[in-house]
Amino acid sequence: MGMTLTEKILADHSDQDTVVPGDNIWIDVDVLMTHDVCGPGTIGIFKEQFGAESKVWDKEKVVIIPDHYIFTSDTHANRNIDILRAFAKEQSLPYYYDVGTKDYKGVCHLALAQEGHNRPGEVLFGTDSHTCTSGAFGMFATGIGNTDAAFILGTGKLWVKVPESMRFEFTGEFPPYIMAKDIILQVIGDIGVAGATYRAMEWAGDAIMNFSMEERMTLCNMAIEAGGKNALIPADEKTEEYVKQRTDKPYKIHRADADAKYCFNKTYNASEMEPVVAKPHSPDNKAKVSEVAGTKIDRSYIGSCTGGKFTDFLAAAKLLKGKKVAVDTFIVPATTEVEKDLHEKKWEGETLIDIFKNAGATIGEPSCAACLGGPKDTFGRTHGTEVVISTTNRNFPGRMGSKQSEVYLASPYTAAASAITGKITDPREFIK
Amino acid sequence: MEDIIEGTAYVLGDDVDTDQIIPAEHLVYSLSDPEERKNYGKYALSGVPVDGAGLPDGGKNFVNEGRFESDHKIIIGGKNFGCGSSREHAPACLKIAGIKAVVAESFARIFYRNSVDGGFFIPFETPAQMIKDIRTGDRLTIDVAKGELTQHSEGSSKTWPLKPLGEVSEIIKAGNIFEYARKAGLIPSAKSAG
Ligand code: SF4
Repeated sequence: MGMTLTEKILADHSDQDTVVPGDNIWIDVDVLMTHDVCGPGTIGIFKEQFGAESKVWDKEKVVIIPDHYIFTSDTHANRNIDILRAFAKEQSLPYYYDVGTKDYKGVCHLALAQEGHNRPGEVLFGTDSHTCTSGAFGMFATGIGNTDAAFILGTGKLWVKVPESMRFEFTGEFPPYIMAKDIILQVIGDIGVAGATYRAMEWAGDAIMNFSMEERMTLCNMAIEAGGKNALIPADEKTEEYVKQRTDKPYKIHRADADAKYCFNKTYNASEMEPVVAKPHSPDNKAKVSEVAGTKIDRSYIGSCTGGKFTDFLAAAKLLKGKKVAVDTFIVPATTEVEKDLHEKKWEGETLIDIFKNAGATIGEPSCAACLGGPKDTFGRTHGTEVVISTTNRNFPGRMGSKQSEVYLASPYTAAASAITGKITDPREFIK
Repeated sequence: MEDIIEGTAYVLGDDVDTDQIIPAEHLVYSLSDPEERKNYGKYALSGVPVDGAGLPDGGKNFVNEGRFESDHKIIIGGKNFGCGSSREHAPACLKIAGIKAVVAESFARIFYRNSVDGGFFIPFETPAQMIKDIRTGDRLTIDVAKGELTQHSEGSSKTWPLKPLGEVSEIIKAGNIFEYARKAGLIPSAKSAG
């Protein structure tokens, strides 16, 4: 029987030729990623279980990216970075991107891609639920907890239950005002926050393959908001071009078999898609932007692994150029590379950073910042009853800080259009 | 693994996410330091909106002011319990607060896996919706071998079936994924072998 892309990659990393959904198998891990929130706990369990003197299974395969609580005076948060630093030193880890040095990167999921750690056909585990982002590179990538991560650190292996696969196909072409964020919010709205639980979400169709690597990452990033185990977009020339620019390591491109079995199949007509938001307090609380247009907002937030990539800011800049924002607008580049691009790359003769500054937006430093609330002094964090339009991925109560604040998830186009008017605004008002 | 789990219920609704279970601002404490670790008990479920905290009435703190442990031993949840982040602090904080079992209609994948692999408590799924019938404070008994939950009310009691633990029961029995792997010969048996 044919295998899906997920099944192909998992079988390739197990000692079996074929696998079927429901199989519990042990697989070999290519990369383990951890960050400052879960790294210290992982290291603690690793030492407790394997001994204080033990070495990680393969130092070339461990990537540590502090990104969550970076620019804070919180002493516990800073202590956690010290733990990572000491561990990286003790284990001589080549891929530790330390805060306060030129190696610092920022949000792990984008840094993994930019530093060449995402490679087609590989298996990546990360102690962060949005590790599914890397599925955009035709690889198996999923989030795990500290215990599983500690197990991998010691053994290079983990058990997985092979997930069933769902297939979402988008035929034709997306209208110019549609971004990957609209598509993933649409799909989560259709299947619900538990609609892909224990399942892989495979994306297909011309409209999807026309997306840039950044947009593909946005699409895969939020699989977890539908409960998905992983997301997958098959690798193509665009993937290879991106990967080859960033790493010399070999990789393997797998394809789903023509007779692969999917537990769910849905085809959308790309040209019919509309800008959507997720209303408070759930990512599946979908509404068309036109249905909530006019809702007053206090803040617009553009950042995170979902909406803080260069292409996200380029979209926002196109709308904000020559305009003034009507509400507090926070711009948080996900990584230092994105920050550099904001300073260097231009839209219609002006750098993106100047466009944002002239519009009256505030620029933060590369990190997760207020995407997950964080310590009280976190940039962009909510403290009261703010109504926020945000390009992040979660709007559960309290996610951006205050339990009383209300967060609408939206595309960078919609967040920028709304920043200009001070109310939720359909980007079509600015993009003809 | 305990054969019988007894205690009172703390009842929550559907889609209780990890930010409600342990708000992100508290994720900075060490899980290995015995003193610092207690803070996770203190803040467990502190992100649940007031209306949903201890159903059906709401407004009931899971852990009382100034304490690190809950009076409750069993959480009853609805659908998609533990959705959101992969933070193991979520199942860990419930254990630190004294929880022995979480019984829900369904779980989010990573939370479920973390609960089992870390050996924090037993996550049971139920075929039935219980959050309308069980009230916060009700006395409950779980018979692990039989796969049954009994609700003891004044003069009567009601028994509910729990779904079998299936393939993860071996890990739960062993204690956690490390003990399981040691028993299966996947990693060396002495802890400090390294
Ligand atoms: S940006 Fe937000 S969602 Fe992404 S890794 Fe950071 S906290 Fe998580």
